[in-house]
This record gives sequence, C-alpha cells and structure tokens, in this order.
Amino acid sequence: MTAGTWAPVIGPRATAPWARRCSILLLVLGAAAVLVPFAWMVSTSLKPESQVFRQPIEWVPRTVRGANYSEATTQIPYWRYFLNSMIVAVPVVLGTVVSSAAAAYAFARMRAPGLRPMFALVLATLMLPAEVTLLPSFLLFRELGWVGTYLPLIVPSLLGGGAFNIFLLRQFFLTIPREHDDAARVEGHSFLSILVRVIVPQSWPAIALVATFTFVGTWNDFLGPLLYLSDQDSYTLPLGLNFFKDIYNTQWAHLMAASVLALLPCLLVFFLAQRAFTEGVVLTGRKG
Amino acid sequence: MARRRLAASGREALAAYGLVSPWVIGFVGLTVGPMIASMVLSLTDYGLVNPDAARWVGGANYREALTGDPLVWQSLKVTAYYVVLAVVFELVVGLALAVLLNVGLRGVGILRTVYYLPAVVSGVAVSLLWLLIFQPSSGLANAVLGLFGFDGVGWVYSTTWVIPAFVLMSVWGVGRAAFIYLAILQRIPTNLYEAAAVDGLGSFGRFLRITLPLATPAIFLNLVLAVIGKFQIFTEGFVISKGGPGASSLFFVLYLYRVAFRYFRVGYASALAWILFAVLLALTATAFRTSRHWVYYEGERQ
Repeated sequence: MTAGTWAPVIGPRATAPWARRCSILLLVLGAAAVLVPFAWMVSTSLKPESQVFRQPIEWVPRTVRGANYSEATTQIPYWRYFLNSMIVAVPVVLGTVVSSAAAAYAFARMRAPGLRPMFALVLATLMLPAEVTLLPSFLLFRELGWVGTYLPLIVPSLLGGGAFNIFLLRQFFLTIPREHDDAARVEGHSFLSILVRVIVPQSWPAIALVATFTFVGTWNDFLGPLLYLSDQDSYTLPLGLNFFKDIYNTQWAHLMAASVLALLPCLLVFFLAQRAFTEGVVLTGRKG
Repeated sequence: MARRRLAASGREALAAYGLVSPWVIGFVGLTVGPMIASMVLSLTDYGLVNPDAARWVGGANYREALTGDPLVWQSLKVTAYYVVLAVVFELVVGLALAVLLNVGLRGVGILRTVYYLPAVVSGVAVSLLWLLIFQPSSGLANAVLGLFGFDGVGWVYSTTWVIPAFVLMSVWGVGRAAFIYLAILQRIPTNLYEAAAVDGLGSFGRFLRITLPLATPAIFLNLVLAVIGKFQIFTEGFVISKGGPGASSLFFVLYLYRVAFRYFRVGYASALAWILFAVLLALTATAFRTSRHWVYYEGERQ
C-alpha cells in the first residue's frame, strides 16, 4: 500500500503524447540546471588555482589536481572540525529522536489532564521565529558558563526535540492501528515498552525522516556555533569553512575541495534514508 | 473495580507526564522563559559588555527602531524584496515542477532525488559555491549569460543584482516546496481527470479546473512556510555578501545579529526580534484571513 502511493505511473494518464514529451524535456533540463552547480563545484575542486577561471569553462579539468583535497584538509585543521561537527550532530540526532518520539507518543495515544492544551502549545511554537528566544537563551547559557562548550548546541535537542518533529511523529503514530497497542497492553507491557516494541518498529520511515532532517539541519547550522563557539579548535565545519574563506579567499579550488567534503555526510545520510524519505513525506502528507 | 480503573488511569497520566516532561522543561526554560526575558530586555538598554549598568528605557528601543534608525527600514526593505521574489518563484516554479513530476513518467524517481538535493546541502558550503558562481570576472553565472549573448553583471558585488542573486540561489532549492505539492497532487483521484477529458477539457483546462483548485491547500501551506522561512535568511547573507555592498543585502536577521553581537546592544536587538515576530505574525494572520476566499478544502472527507 505504501509502495502504491509512489509507484511510477499515477498521474493523469490522459496527458497527450506531445505534452508528455515536453514534460520530459523540461524535467531533464531543470534537473541539469540543478546539477550544473554541483558539477562546477567538483570540477573546480580538481583544478590548479591558476585555471579556475579559464574561459571557456573546462568541465573536465585538463590537469587534474587531487592535491587540492589533501592541502585543503591540512591548511586548516579540517578533520578536527569534521570530528567536532560529528560530536555535536550525533547526540543531537539521538536526543531529538528519543525526546520527540516520547512526547509524540504521549500526545498520540495517552490520556491525562492537560495533555491536549499542551499539544496546542506545541503547535503554537511551530510558528515562533527562533530570533525571539535567541538572545535570552544566549544570556542564560552564558550565565550557566556553557558558552565555549557544545552544551548550548546539544542540550536543547534533548528537551522535546522541536515542535515540528513532535508534530510529524504524532501524525505518523496516529496512523498505526490502536489494536496493536491494546494487544501488547493485554500482555502486560507498560506504555514505555509499547512505544519501544510496537510503535517505533512500525514508524521507521517517520523516524528516519526526523533523523535525516535533524542531522542535515545540525550539520549545516551556522548561527548556533557562531554564537557559542569562540575557540578555534572547537569550531564545527561550517565555522571552519567560513574561517577558511576569510583567510584564503582567493583559493577557490581549495575552498571547493573543502566544501565538497563538507557536503558528503549529508548526501550520504540522504541516500541512505531516501526510501524512508519518499515514503515518509507521502505518508505524513496524508490524514490518519 | 472503579478504584482499579482509577489507579490505571492515574498510572497512565503519570506515564504521560513522564514522557512529555523533557518537552515541558524545554518549553518553560527555553521558550516561555526566554520570551518573557526578551520582552523585558527589549524595554531596557541592556548591553553585552556592561550588563549591570542596564537601565529601564520603556518604549525607547521600539521608537528608535521605527523612527530613528534608517537601517531598520533598509533591512526590512531588502528582506521584503527578497522574500516577495523568492516566495513567488517558490510557489510558481515549485507547483510547475510538481505537476511535471506528477505526469507519471518512468524514471521520475531519479529526477525527484536530483531536485531534492539542494535542500539537503544548505549552509556555508553551498554559500561558498554560489559565491564562486557569482564571481563577476568569470564565474558560472556570467558564463551562462555570455552563452546567451548577454553582458555579465556584478551579482553579489552590485547593489542592483545582489538580491536577484540570492533569489536565484533560493530558486535552486525549489525542490523542497515541490515535494509538498506532490504529496497533495498524488491524492487527486485520476477519475476526475478522466471525466474532464470526456467533457473535452484540454491539458491546460484540466490544470486550471482541477489541479489548481485542489492544490490550493498545499499552495497555502507553502506560502506560509516560505514567508516565515525566507524572512529569516541569515547564513547565506553572512557568508556571501556580509550585508553589502553598502547595506543592499542587509537582511533583517543579519542586522539583528550585528546589533547584538557587534554593537553589543542586546536590549535594542530584543526589540528588533519582537518587531520581526510582529511582522511574521501579521503576514501569517493575513494569509489565514484571506485563505477562506481562495483555499479549497474537501470538507472533512478523509
């Protein structure tokens, strides 16, 4: 049933053949336009600096210079920054998934006074721009002595995991038949063990979606690290790249080599989660 | 029996509170608390450097922002310019893309992945890529213009072209919006189109009479999300143009950051944050208020 929602042939079949051909042409042209910047990025990353701007554009560099990559990763402590990014992103993803799944489960399945108004508050915070709480949060973390550590970047994710994720998981949990819970309840399982044994195993597309969004968002986050990390050794990759740009701003080939490497983890996560991704988006767009 | 049920429901309530407690702590400590604090701060001249000297200034920050600080209006203006263009493109191009992707072609899965790629790789690395593309000397953007016989422009180094450059960059990521459209388009029953074809409607007629009205809920959702999201543009501006040239790409959040962390005026920056909130609230409320005239809902049918 889930496969059916994204099977290759669904759309209006009555489309005329010429319209179909135009669609293919437009789609392929558009996809090429999306890919061209990536291609230029990779191609530039392999050129000697002196040939970056040579006209007409050389898509396949005449001289391939792989050393750009090794140099880019040693001119700045690249792998240190890469590791720092992981040190932040991994706990954030885990914290977000666990704490948003817990809250989502309570909102989807349980009854207790005050739960409904609380869920309304979750929805209300969806619209709240982060800037409104940014400065007092900064002052709070400064007061706690957390500025200069990763705590301000990690701890908030443990506290609810974000309104959007709670909402998304709750909607998904609602699509799971309640009889599955009831059966487990009769067997004497607690709520927590129902969440772990019944709900989570059936929700992997939604969980993969939340994990992917969270990883990509954290990996690419710039403002958070910019505010809280001052020591260069503690920089995450985005700060490191920006720093690289500020000191070597004419070394485009090296900059692009560093950027290509920075994109790879997100692409990898995206491709790994892709199946879940497509299904998850389709399923959560549907009312339970 | 009754007591046992009560005990059971009490246990359920306890378990539920346990599960939502992290969120409650976060909500109180990192949302409500900071909101109140931000409100109070915005009425003071609190500074990062010498916080103990902070004084109560009442509405002076708001007065300064709205009447005495030309950069506030400049940043609102360039942000609005960017948001309008970026949102229009996102709605139109996104919908067109979704319609094309929904035509039902073989191999469309690969194309879908390609279109979604830019959404996965935002941030500094991509900003650096676009900074290179926009190099006037011989970046990709001007090379493409040259291909069609146009003269190159200054892109992010030109007061005229800097905002269109950011818009172009945002159009590149339009696949994300197309995904939301696609989810809705795929639920339009095929027999509607077949009936319309029998009635003699052409492709375009079917788009106007069926696809467009049924897609309005997704258009509405994308509109609200896009306005809120694009209004908060920061990283691209910080990395690519640093607000320049002059203040021609001084996006609102960029200015807020500068006020707080370069001029250390936290009180004033808090007032700016509330102004941002008010603007977004007003725009969202307008969208909701007008929505019943143009958004089509299929009743409560599932």
